[in-house]
Amino acid sequence: MAKISVDGIKYEVNAANNLLQECLSQGLDLPYFCWHPCMGSVGACRQCAVKQYRNAEDTTGTLVMACMTPVTDGGLYSIQDSQAVDFRSHVIESLMISHPHDCPVCEEGGECHLQDMTQMSGHNYRRYDFQKVTHRNQDLGPFINHEMNRCIACYRCVRFYGDYAGGTDLVALASHHHVYFGRHEEGTLESEFSGNLVEVCPTGVFTDKTFSAHYSRKWDLQTAPSICTGCGAGCNTTPGERYGSLRRVVNRYHHDLNGYFLCDRGRFGYDANNSAERVKEALFVQAQINGNAEVPARKPLSATEAARQFNAMAGGDVIGIGSPRASLESNIALQQRVGAENFYPGINDDELASAREVLALMREPGLHCPDIRSLEQSDCVLVVNEDLTNTAARMALALRQATRNAATTMAAAARIPAWQDAAVRELAQHERSPLIILSPQGTRLDDVASDTFLGSVARQVQLLEAIAHCLDPEYSVSSRDPSLTSRAKAIAQALSAARRPCIVSGISAQSTALVRASGNLARALQKARKGDADAPVGLCFAMPEANTLGLVLLAESTGNTLSGALQRLAQKRADAAVVLENDLFRRAATAEVAQALAGHTPLIVIDHLHNAFNARARLLLPAASPSESNGTWVNYEGRAQSAYRVFAPAEPVRAAYEWLTPADPVLLPSISSEEILAQFADAHSAFAVLKDLLPHRLGLSAVMKSPRQLPRYSGRTAMQANSHVHEYRQTQDPQSPLSFSMEGVPLQKDASLLSAAWAPGWNSNQAISKFQDEINGELRQGCKGVHLLQSGQAQASYAPIVLPSEGDLAPYFIEHLFGSEEISAKAVAIQARTVGPYACIGEALAQTLGVAQHGRILLKAGERQVQLPVLIRQRIAPGSIGIYCAGELDRYSLAGGVTVEAVPEAPDLLLRSREMFRHLVISDSWQGRDES
Amino acid sequence: MSSQIIASSASTVVARALSEQERHEIDHELTLYPDKRAVGLEALKIVQKHQGWVSDESLHAVANYLEMSAHELDGVATFFNLIFRQPVGRRVMLFCDSVSCYIMGCDRIKAHISKRLGIDYGETTADGEYTLIPVPCLGDCDRAPVMLMDGEQQRNLTPEKIDALLSRTDAAKTDAADKGDA
Repeated sequence: MAKISVDGIKYEVNAANNLLQECLSQGLDLPYFCWHPCMGSVGACRQCAVKQYRNAEDTTGTLVMACMTPVTDGGLYSIQDSQAVDFRSHVIESLMISHPHDCPVCEEGGECHLQDMTQMSGHNYRRYDFQKVTHRNQDLGPFINHEMNRCIACYRCVRFYGDYAGGTDLVALASHHHVYFGRHEEGTLESEFSGNLVEVCPTGVFTDKTFSAHYSRKWDLQTAPSICTGCGAGCNTTPGERYGSLRRVVNRYHHDLNGYFLCDRGRFGYDANNSAERVKEALFVQAQINGNAEVPARKPLSATEAARQFNAMAGGDVIGIGSPRASLESNIALQQRVGAENFYPGINDDELASAREVLALMREPGLHCPDIRSLEQSDCVLVVNEDLTNTAARMALALRQATRNAATTMAAAARIPAWQDAAVRELAQHERSPLIILSPQGTRLDDVASDTFLGSVARQVQLLEAIAHCLDPEYSVSSRDPSLTSRAKAIAQALSAARRPCIVSGISAQSTALVRASGNLARALQKARKGDADAPVGLCFAMPEANTLGLVLLAESTGNTLSGALQRLAQKRADAAVVLENDLFRRAATAEVAQALAGHTPLIVIDHLHNAFNARARLLLPAASPSESNGTWVNYEGRAQSAYRVFAPAEPVRAAYEWLTPADPVLLPSISSEEILAQFADAHSAFAVLKDLLPHRLGLSAVMKSPRQLPRYSGRTAMQANSHVHEYRQTQDPQSPLSFSMEGVPLQKDASLLSAAWAPGWNSNQAISKFQDEINGELRQGCKGVHLLQSGQAQASYAPIVLPSEGDLAPYFIEHLFGSEEISAKAVAIQARTVGPYACIGEALAQTLGVAQHGRILLKAGERQVQLPVLIRQRIAPGSIGIYCAGELDRYSLAGGVTVEAVPEAPDLLLRSREMFRHLVISDSWQGRDES
Repeated sequence: MSSQIIASSASTVVARALSEQERHEIDHELTLYPDKRAVGLEALKIVQKHQGWVSDESLHAVANYLEMSAHELDGVATFFNLIFRQPVGRRVMLFCDSVSCYIMGCDRIKAHISKRLGIDYGETTADGEYTLIPVPCLGDCDRAPVMLMDGEQQRNLTPEKIDALLSRTDAAKTDAADKGDA
C-alpha cells in the first residue's frame, strides 16, 4: 500500500498500479481513452495528464500522464491544477479535430465515452473550422458497423482485437492524421470476439450492426441483469428491450467470470428471441389418428384452455423430460409435477454419463474447479480435446491471456510493472507460458500453444495416461504406447514445473474415458505436487449448455436416462409425456426418437421456438425465452446465478415453470420463481445453498423495487398509444425485486441488481468502474452466485479406464461457435456466419479417395448414407474424420464408426460448397493455403 | 510453431508467385532476423524494387511467404509513404515542399513541372513515365530547392534545370523509339 495525496486529499492506494487506475479506484474523475482496465497502459492519447510534485515545497510541478506513472508512497499529485486542466482541454480539442458533429445520428450517442470525456475535459466549443479528414468505411460482416470518421486514434480496437484476442485481420493502416483502423480488404471480421469492439471503442467507430436494425438509445432500453445461455460458461449479460422485442446484449461485469468481454455468440445470438419461429400461442392437435400419415391440423388455444388441457392431459402416470437449456426453476417445476422417479434428464446418455463423471471429480478435495479469472492466471494449461473457442469461447479467451503469464513474470524480473502493456509485450516477444492442446484437429488457440497433439479421443486418452504415469509411477496404464513416452515426459515436466497448473476439458466428445483420464491425470499431478494445499490442481470441464450441470444435479437422485424415457414411451408405459424446452432429435438417434413417438403417448412440449420435435406434440405450450423469464442457471463450475426477466412476453407466452405449477395458472396467481427455488432448497439439503440467492432478492422487493428503466426512459405512458388511447397499466412484476418502471430504489453505487451501468458523467459501459470496489475488483454488493458443489470424500484411487475402441476411421464431431448451439443459430446475424454440414479429412485420405478440396464424399454408417462437402485440412489427426452436423445430421447414428467413398464431382455443387466454406474461419498451417 | 498457424478466411485476392530473384533476396534477409515477420519491410522493399510497386497480389505473396496475415503486412506497407501501394511511373520524382525549399521558391518549380508534365502531386503521366510525390525534407536545405529522382539528388532546382532533366530522358526515349522503328 502507498499513501498519496491528490489535490490535497490523502488516499491509500495499491503501489503496484498506475496513478490513473488508482485515481479511478478512488472514484475520482480523470478522463482517459487508450487505457483499459484489462489491457493496461500505453500512454498513447495523453488525455489523463495530471500534475506531479516533487515535494511539498514544489509548487510548479510537472505534467505527467497518469496512466504511465507508477504511484509512489508519499506522492503528491493534482488533477485540478489549472495547467493540467488546460492541457487536457487542448488534448481533447486536438483529438476531436476531425470528429464529426454527428452525435444525434450516431448510435454511440448517449453512451459514448468520448462524449463523457469531452464534457469532463471542458471542451464545449469547437474552434476548428477547416476541412476534416474523412475516410471510406468497410463492410466488416454481419456483426459490426464501421464509421472511421469518428475515430480519435486511441488504438484500443487493435490492442483488444490483435494483442488481447489474437485476431490478425484488424490493424492500424497508414499513419499520422490519416491512420485507419480496419482490414486490408473489406470482409467479415474473423475473431470470435469482434463484438467487444463495440464496447472497447470509446466512440462510434465500431457499433453493433444487429442493434442498428432496431435501434434505441441506451436510456430507452429496458434492461435487467441476465445470464448468457449460449454455453455453460455463465457469462453475465445485460439484454435490452424496447417495444416488446429484444434489441441487443451488452457485457455485464462479473469479477470471476466474463470480466469485461463476451464472445460473439453471446452478444449477437439474442436475436433468436425475435425470431419468426417463436412459439407464440398454445397449439393443440385434437385427434391424432394412428397410422394417419397426414399431419393433423393444430388448433390455437387460449391460455385458459391451454392450462385446462394441460392439466387434463398431465394427470396420471406422466413422465417428464428436462432440459439443459431451461432454467433450474423450470426443471424443478417439471420434476415436482411428475415426481423424481418419472423425471428424465433430456440429454444424450453418453453426455449424461460424462457429466456425472465430471460431478464426481468436481466434488473431490485436492482438485479445484477454476473460474475464468483463475484460468487467466494459470501458468500452464493442458487442454484436452475440447475446442474451447467453439464451445465455451470466453474460456478460450482466458487461456489466451494465461499464455501471457510468462511475460508478466519476465517483466517482474526486469522490474517493469505488469500494466506497462507495450513494454511487457516488447520484452517478452514470443515467450509464452505453456499451453498444450490435445485435439483431433487444429484449433483457434494453436497460434499461442506451446505444443499441439493431434490425436483421436483414444490416442488422447493414451497420452493422458502416459503423462499420469510419468508423474506417478504407481499409476498403471491401461494400454501403453512407447511412441508417446517422450511427448508425455515433456508435458509432465511442464505441468509439474508450474505453480498454478490447469487441465481444461469438456464433454462435447461425450466420452467418459476422456473425463476419467483427465481426472486421473489431475490426481497424479496433485500427488506429484505432494498435495500442495495452497495451490490445488485446477481441473475443469466446459459445459455445452447454460444449465447442463444444473439438470444433471437435479436428476442425480435417480439413475434415469433419456433412453429409459424413450423406451417407456415406445412401450407405452406412460399416460403422457411432458418435454421441457427440448428438441429430442438433437439428443438421441433419430430411429430411437421415432420409435418413442411411434408409441403415440400423448406428448406435451413446452418450448419457445418451433422445431422438428415439438411439431409432433399433441399440445405445444409457448414458453418464455430466458430473457423473458426469471431463472437460475448453473454454469460449468456448479455456480448458480440468477437472471431476471428483461420484459414480460405477450400473452399467452409464459415461463415454463408457470405452465408446470399444479394450480391453474390463469385463474390463480402464478407461482414465482422465488417460491419454487425456496421450497426446493428447503426440501433438499444438497441445494440449501440456493437460498443464499434469495434473501437479497426478497429483502429488496419487500421494501421497494429497483427500476429496470433508466431515469430518462421516454414514452412510458405513450408508447402503446398507437393501439389504444388510454394509458395502460404498468406491467406488474410480483416475481422479482425489479419493476417495469423507472421508479424505485436507484441502482447507483449498488451492483446487487446492476443491469445498465450508469453514473453521473459516465454514460458508457465504462461507468462500471463506479461500481467496483477497485478497478478490476469485485462489484460492491454484487451477487456472484452460489456454488452448488461441495467437496466430498477423498477419492483414494484412480478411476479405471476402458480405452475407447476405434475403427480405421475414427469420427469426431466438430463444433462451431456460430451454428452448433440450437437457439443462437436462429438469430439472423448468426445465420449469416453459419455453414451447413460438412466432413473434414486429412490430405492422405483425400488422396486415397481422389477427392479435391471442397469436393464431396459419401459417408456410410450402417444403413445410413449421407453426401457431404469436404474440407481438407493440414492439421487433423491421422485416421480421423471430422463431421460437422450443423443441427441437421444425427451424430448418434454416425458416432459408432463410418466408412467413406468418393462420389463423382458435380461442378454446381462444388461451387456451392466453395461459397459455403468462405464463411468458415479455421486456423490451419500456412502450407494449407491455396496459392496460385 | 506458433507463427505458422493462421486463420484462413476468404480473400478476393489471389497471391502471385514470387520470382526466383525476389525469393532469393528475401531469403537472405531472413537470415538476418530471428523472426520471420521482422523481414516484412525489407521484403516489401525488395518486391517494390523488382515490380515498381506493391500490388495486392504481391502483398499476399509476401505475407504468405513470411507466414503473417496480409492485414498485418499492409499495416507495415501503408505506414511507410515510400512503399507504393498504387502503381507509379517508371521514374518517381520525390519533390521537397518543406520550409527551406518553400523559401527558395519550390512552388514555382513545382508549377513548372506540373505544367510540363500535366500532373499534380500524387499523379502519374499518361504514358506511365513520371510520378510526382511531395516529401517533407531531403536533408539538403543549403542547396534548396531539391528533389530526388532516380535515386539521385537534384539540387538548386530551376525551371531550366527541370527542362534539361526531362528533355534528357525524353531524348533517350525518342532514341529508343527510333531504334524500334528501324
